[in-house]
Amino acid sequence: MSSTGTGIQPPPRVIEAARSPLMASAFAGRKKVLPILELALLIAASIAPLVLRDYITVYATRVLILCLFALSFDLVWGYAGILSLGQSLFFGMAGYGVALLSRDFGVGSIFAVLPAGTLIGFVAALLLAGFLLLGRHPSSVVFVSLGTMTGAYAADRLARGSHYLGGQNGIPSIQPMTIGSHELSEGPGFYYLVLAILVLIYLLSRFLLRSQFGLALAGLRENEQRIAFFGYKVQHLKAIIFAISGAIAGTAGSLYAFHEGFVWTNMLGVVMSTQVVLYVLFGGSGTLIGAVIGTAIVEGLSFWLSDNYRDIWPIILGVLLLLVILFRPLGLISLVLGERDRVGHFGPSLKEKRNAAP
Amino acid sequence: MPLLEAAGISKVFGKLTALDGAALTVGEREFHGLIGPNGSGKSTLMKCLAGALVPTRGKVTFINTDVTSFTPPERARAGMSLKFQITAVLPPLTLYDNILLALQAQSSLLDLAFSRTRGRLHEEVMTLLLQFRLADRAFDAAATLSHGQQQWLEIAMALACRPRLLLLDEPTGGMSLEERRVTGELLQPVKQHCSIVIVEHDLDFIRDICDRLTVLDQGKVLASGTVAEIQANRSVQEIYLRRA
Repeated sequence: MSSTGTGIQPPPRVIEAARSPLMASAFAGRKKVLPILELALLIAASIAPLVLRDYITVYATRVLILCLFALSFDLVWGYAGILSLGQSLFFGMAGYGVALLSRDFGVGSIFAVLPAGTLIGFVAALLLAGFLLLGRHPSSVVFVSLGTMTGAYAADRLARGSHYLGGQNGIPSIQPMTIGSHELSEGPGFYYLVLAILVLIYLLSRFLLRSQFGLALAGLRENEQRIAFFGYKVQHLKAIIFAISGAIAGTAGSLYAFHEGFVWTNMLGVVMSTQVVLYVLFGGSGTLIGAVIGTAIVEGLSFWLSDNYRDIWPIILGVLLLLVILFRPLGLISLVLGERDRVGHFGPSLKEKRNAAP
Repeated sequence: MPLLEAAGISKVFGKLTALDGAALTVGEREFHGLIGPNGSGKSTLMKCLAGALVPTRGKVTFINTDVTSFTPPERARAGMSLKFQITAVLPPLTLYDNILLALQAQSSLLDLAFSRTRGRLHEEVMTLLLQFRLADRAFDAAATLSHGQQQWLEIAMALACRPRLLLLDEPTGGMSLEERRVTGELLQPVKQHCSIVIVEHDLDFIRDICDRLTVLDQGKVLASGTVAEIQANRSVQEIYLRRA
């Protein structure tokens, strides 16, 4: 058997074809919009605290944390096709976890609480995945979405009833997070910290999703049954991306807890889980940047509308959301990004191809 | 020792007995046609071989291993590959990515995460695309292909898993005469390294390409042998060839 596995030596024209300028342009072209958009948003986010008033910077910090949370949902839904309706479970559990670390053990160092929160989200997601996703046969979308939702609902109820977790009131007055001897309270410092974490996690996710692993996820999303026949262990793929997403939600949850200074049961429950679904649908799933844009716009609009239309703002926001989903089912991002660009391609870079050629 | 041996395969759906002790033996580098009237159990047997269905009774042995209870990924890793009856290419992905997806299935997760194998697999992707006359469309979405081309892409994807045995469920379904002829040509080189089981309604196509045939009727094997033997078999002529 030949090394190509197809039983045929590649004719010389294969190699020529692979090197032809036509093919090179097919690799290099397109996807110009996305990096420009990403860069523009990064610049806007970087200068925001310099021009915004302080109380708005505090609000913007919260929005950035929610962007991180939305990113975690886009990873499972937009890329792997797992409809997790209980994403807040990981967000909230991490929030409660770090709040308890702070309250009961006086631990507030960023180098302890952020990894701890991330780990809590990761482990919780892995356990839930083991239960929901790792059966011998693939589980249905409805089973997974109801399972995750029930998880979030149950956690919410448990926290409400638990004296240790502060019941309805949650855990108030969490001490600020510290970096060395410096206390991080809300304001520009906290804002830039969150922005840095968001950018870092965004880039890591982007790297992963554009890798061959991302291609496997695309296959999972498009036709789970088909790729099982290629030999993919689809349940493992799902569990891995689910756990990664849980870890990111955990990071977001711990940041949220310290930024707000308290945690309460809504962080765990269905309300928060639904909110994150709305962010991602509004912005457009499966692009990462869509989740960020969706969160920023929904939260920004809520902020502005609630100021100006005190009584009816939720109705206006609701109608706006419906309109977008009605006329732009793929979210706002589809205004600037076509389907082909959204899915992208996963072939090797020119450099990798050159190395592969004999 | 044959490559694949299925013996005493029965499959019962509620009150319906789709397969009743069917058997199939496929040797190395053999093209084996599975024919029979509608409802004779061809597709069900195919699914039992591929692992899409678990037979109620019976045993499937593949390369000296009992694979009866193997899941589809386990069978794929053992060297079996299936082309579905309904084309199941991944429409939004490019042709290139469709093939790469199939080729990289055996790479480790770490290799996938760091894209360590795609440079190495590039030539294999292009070879397959060229072999199936799809290279000039490599970077178009699979959704833009004609039906016949999608079938070819599927066969190419099934072959990308480097199978020892390829299961083709109606490879020429919905194809024009010319496309059928080309499909036959495209499959010939596969014989160098791979056996094929084909379920197909087009008897001319089957006659041209297959070495041996198994005829199913009402879930049972009516006859099995070389193409000439089957053509000469009177009971086969009665139930099948005359009707077709």
